[in-house]
Amino acid sequence: MTKWLTSTALVLTMALPALAQDYTPDPNAKAGGAITVTYKDDVATLDPAIGYDWQNWSMIKSLFDGLMDYVPGTTTLRPGLAESYDISPDGLVYTFKLRAGVKFHNGREMTAEDVKYSLDRVTDPATQSPGAGFFGAIAGFEAAGTAGLSGVEVVDAATVKITLSRPDATFLHVMALNFASVVPKEAVDAAGPDFGKMPVGTGAFKLAEWTLGLRLVFEKNADYWRAGVPYLDQVVFEVGQEPVVALLRLQNGEVDVPGDGIPPAKFQEVMGDPAQAAQVVQGGQLHTGYITLNVTQPPFDKVEVRQAVNMAVNKERITQIINGRALPANQPLPPTMPGYAKDYAGYAYDVEAAKALMAKAGLADGFETDLYVMNTDPNPRIAQAIQQDLAAIGIKANIQSLAQANVIEAGGAGTAPMIWSGGMGWIADFPDPSNFYGPILGCAGAGEGGWNWSKFCDASLDAKAVEADSMYDPAKSPDRLALWAEVYAGVMEQAPWVPVFNEERYTMKSERMGGEDALYVDPVSIPVNYDYVFVK
Amino acid sequence: MAAYFLRRLIQSALILLGVSFITYVLLFVLPADPVRQIAGRAATAQTVENIRQQLGLDQPFLVQYGRYLANLVQGDLGRSYLQKTEVGDLITSRLPATLLLMLAGIAAELVLGLTMGIAAALMRGRFGDQVLMMTSFVTVSAPQFVVSLLMLYIFAVKLGWFPIGGYGTAAHLVLPAVTLGILGSGWYSRMMRSSMIEVLRADYIRTARAKGLGRARVVLRHALPNAVLPIIAMIGIDIGIFMGGIVVVESVFGWPGIGQLAWQAIQRVDIPIIMGVTLVSALAIVVGNLLADLIAPFIDPRIRLR
Amino acid sequence: MADIMADTARAPQTVLRRLVLRRLAVFGFVLIMIVVSGAVFAPWIAPYAPEEQLFDGLTLEGAPLPPDARFIMGTDLLGRDLFSRILYGAQTSLVIGIVANSLALLIGTLVGITAGFFRGWIGATLMRFTDLMMAFPALLLAICLAAIFKPSLWIVALVIALVNWVQTARVIYTETTSLATRDFIAAERTLGASTGRILFRHILPHLVPTIIVWGTLGISTTVLLEATLSFLGVGVQPPTPSWGNIIFENQTYFQAAPWLVFIPGAAIILLALAFNLVGDALRDVLDPTQRGRD
Repeated sequence: MTKWLTSTALVLTMALPALAQDYTPDPNAKAGGAITVTYKDDVATLDPAIGYDWQNWSMIKSLFDGLMDYVPGTTTLRPGLAESYDISPDGLVYTFKLRAGVKFHNGREMTAEDVKYSLDRVTDPATQSPGAGFFGAIAGFEAAGTAGLSGVEVVDAATVKITLSRPDATFLHVMALNFASVVPKEAVDAAGPDFGKMPVGTGAFKLAEWTLGLRLVFEKNADYWRAGVPYLDQVVFEVGQEPVVALLRLQNGEVDVPGDGIPPAKFQEVMGDPAQAAQVVQGGQLHTGYITLNVTQPPFDKVEVRQAVNMAVNKERITQIINGRALPANQPLPPTMPGYAKDYAGYAYDVEAAKALMAKAGLADGFETDLYVMNTDPNPRIAQAIQQDLAAIGIKANIQSLAQANVIEAGGAGTAPMIWSGGMGWIADFPDPSNFYGPILGCAGAGEGGWNWSKFCDASLDAKAVEADSMYDPAKSPDRLALWAEVYAGVMEQAPWVPVFNEERYTMKSERMGGEDALYVDPVSIPVNYDYVFVK
Repeated sequence: MAAYFLRRLIQSALILLGVSFITYVLLFVLPADPVRQIAGRAATAQTVENIRQQLGLDQPFLVQYGRYLANLVQGDLGRSYLQKTEVGDLITSRLPATLLLMLAGIAAELVLGLTMGIAAALMRGRFGDQVLMMTSFVTVSAPQFVVSLLMLYIFAVKLGWFPIGGYGTAAHLVLPAVTLGILGSGWYSRMMRSSMIEVLRADYIRTARAKGLGRARVVLRHALPNAVLPIIAMIGIDIGIFMGGIVVVESVFGWPGIGQLAWQAIQRVDIPIIMGVTLVSALAIVVGNLLADLIAPFIDPRIRLR
Repeated sequence: MADIMADTARAPQTVLRRLVLRRLAVFGFVLIMIVVSGAVFAPWIAPYAPEEQLFDGLTLEGAPLPPDARFIMGTDLLGRDLFSRILYGAQTSLVIGIVANSLALLIGTLVGITAGFFRGWIGATLMRFTDLMMAFPALLLAICLAAIFKPSLWIVALVIALVNWVQTARVIYTETTSLATRDFIAAERTLGASTGRILFRHILPHLVPTIIVWGTLGISTTVLLEATLSFLGVGVQPPTPSWGNIIFENQTYFQAAPWLVFIPGAAIILLALAFNLVGDALRDVLDPTQRGRD
């Protein structure tokens, strides 16, 4: 992240001819071959404006491109379909120069009109995109509809100018989201609502076959505009496969990557066997599991009580319950996120201190409350561990284990005093600290129905967040990150959350799979970056 | 006959209408907002309202239900809220798996149940009869998920004879089908036993025996066909119980049928899918009962159509 | 025929003697008594509190402990003593089994009698409604209901009752209609007996055997449905143990720790089997229409 920011700082406001190739291809990489990836759940859709599951996220990344992209295996931005871009001195106007000769899978050349069409489409309420909100900074977003965004203009066939209504330091990340992928209008019109089943993009792969509920086949896009990639001829996705079955098939050599990871029951067996453990790549994940404490509901309106809860939860034990596949957390940001405060100590596990705080709040005898949790394993188990920890300081938390939709409803409506976020937790949409604030800790999400389940709203922290996000000048990036660290420290002081753990990723691959480890724990393409891995 | 058939047809349609109404009411009062699920976590209140209007979810209950019915009558089950795919397509993509499992499961329960029932009838009152009847009691007392997990553990994990769940080859089908077979066999074996005992008492069997025909011949050629017929008619009625079992068995064996589809949809209040699956299941049950009633008089002339 | 039924209903000793003669029924009854005493005496028998997550109940890697001298049934994925949870789980199963089933029986009997006795449009409407309920995929209905009312012990019982009353209603309906056309009822009518008198003094007593039989058999169905709902994660809320939710919580581990799935599984089967055996024997003894068939 920092590396890219310093390198572009020099050329800011100056059209870039072409960024140096920032990724060194693997010298051992071989072209050809096919791999098999498995998933339990069927793939919902491959429409980049709609898809928002963790399994279709990386698939869409391989079928489509946006103006911006990430260096494989990292959180570093690099230009995608834009060859270069230029930011006006006030940070409000972004001018993207498009790459020449990029073709859609249908053979037509991609132009600036397609970029505008795609952004208009994703923000049009008729599209019902779950990602529309990310584009809120573009001028004319409020009036978005069939008429399109007034802030997106086609200058010529190879130039797009995007005007913002406020400076937004994360805007280039937004342009790298799947939601900002460029799609051809004629294909969308032809497929109508079924575009998600017949996707046409500019990506490294194209969809060759999709048998609902059984399998999908991605085929190499021979005309891909990035030279040399992808290496693989085919990626076969088999759906409806139990994680346990997928793992056994991997051991049999029938599967190359089990998309749902290593199932809990098999985890110790795999990690205990050196030969199998060698096929596992471990890495961080931009994820935090947390408990929200509803600050509008007594007694959680008292900061002492919230701090006491923070001290009462034994995070070490909770990570033990999930076989140590996570690291205890002490702040909202995960360690792999820029802006993570390494030196921040957080609230240590201390039952006596927690009791003292409860007494200070006048609740030495404790109280009774509800803990909401999604009803799929391991979440009810984690909730029970939390429940036992809270009992130690006199809090009787009744578990409400419900379907995902019911928990989200209770959280949004503000009726749930406590929610364990597992299963619905926050995995960052893009690698920037702001992504953990706005909708889940800021005032914007605290209204009726919002995802800020704590209903925490601190005007001074919100102001700081806005200030940080208006520091669009990459030269000020370190200051910006420092400001974000301050925001999160401020949040933790008031303790609307109990950050519990950051999940670690364990990707298992077959022996024949090649490519550096980083590609298998790519922070953006989960589980693997299909464009760059290869078969040995 | 035609009049009776027509009346039953109208009754069945009314039952389906009732099922759709009750399900719609339940989903309407469900404390979960499908629009929130569609709009995603970064959505503004404005986006949420827009989507609500587009889907007509801001309308009063009867308007919403009326629209659903109007589309349903034209064979349109609507589109999934979250996948944006036609519910009809989603169900048809899953239905072959469920139907395959159903057919195999019904075949398994018939083979197991009838064999046990005949054996018990022939050994009536003896130790073998008691063992078989006890077995049938155990199978009707066992929850589907326990039997599923047990079968999986013994035959897939320990013995490795069959794959641990999944779909595709005949080997994948064996365990879930046999599991369903075991679960349903108790019911059939008890009915078969009574039916067989009754037939063996009948005059024509006595006559046949008196004529000096061999016991095996009498049982196989004369008693069996007559004893089996009433049981066949019961299959239609059994479908309702069977559908419940299939949801659990699909979930344990990772069988990609409509049960799995329903379960995922319930988690995320994807109303069109839940409605679709409920209606398809209800349809299966209604058609099963209808067939059972229609076949019964042909099989057993003592039964006359009401 | 009517006299025989009245006799059996009035002579519990005879019924009891006939039951004792059936070994399977005795076996079932003994099983029920074992489960009932386990549930009642759980606070004294259980070595640990059922919710207590023992610090040394898990390995360092977070795996459960297999059965040994200290934990005779091993520990679960949260380090709790499985034996204690099974004992307390019996309370849950029995409470739901009895409450839900009594409720289902009550609804079923009311609907069945009303529909069978009054016939006409009331009867027709009620029976069409039971037909409708029969066509409902029961499990889906239960899951939807559990999502609407947040599941607690009593709500789960209510949900099960709302799904399970249908069978009873149909059986009671059939019996009532046949009773209502009998001569002795017609005789009562001509003698000017009130509807209430006919219902309570003549019809209901004749239905008692059926109600007892279905009440017993129904508990088995109820126990199974509760376990299934809990297995799908929509049943009794944790940490209250129920045999179904013990399996639900631990099933991902069933290959590495099969005892966590098969001990509660066996418990469910035995309890359901016990009620089925007793219920079936009761049917043979009490229900003359079934008697003599084998």
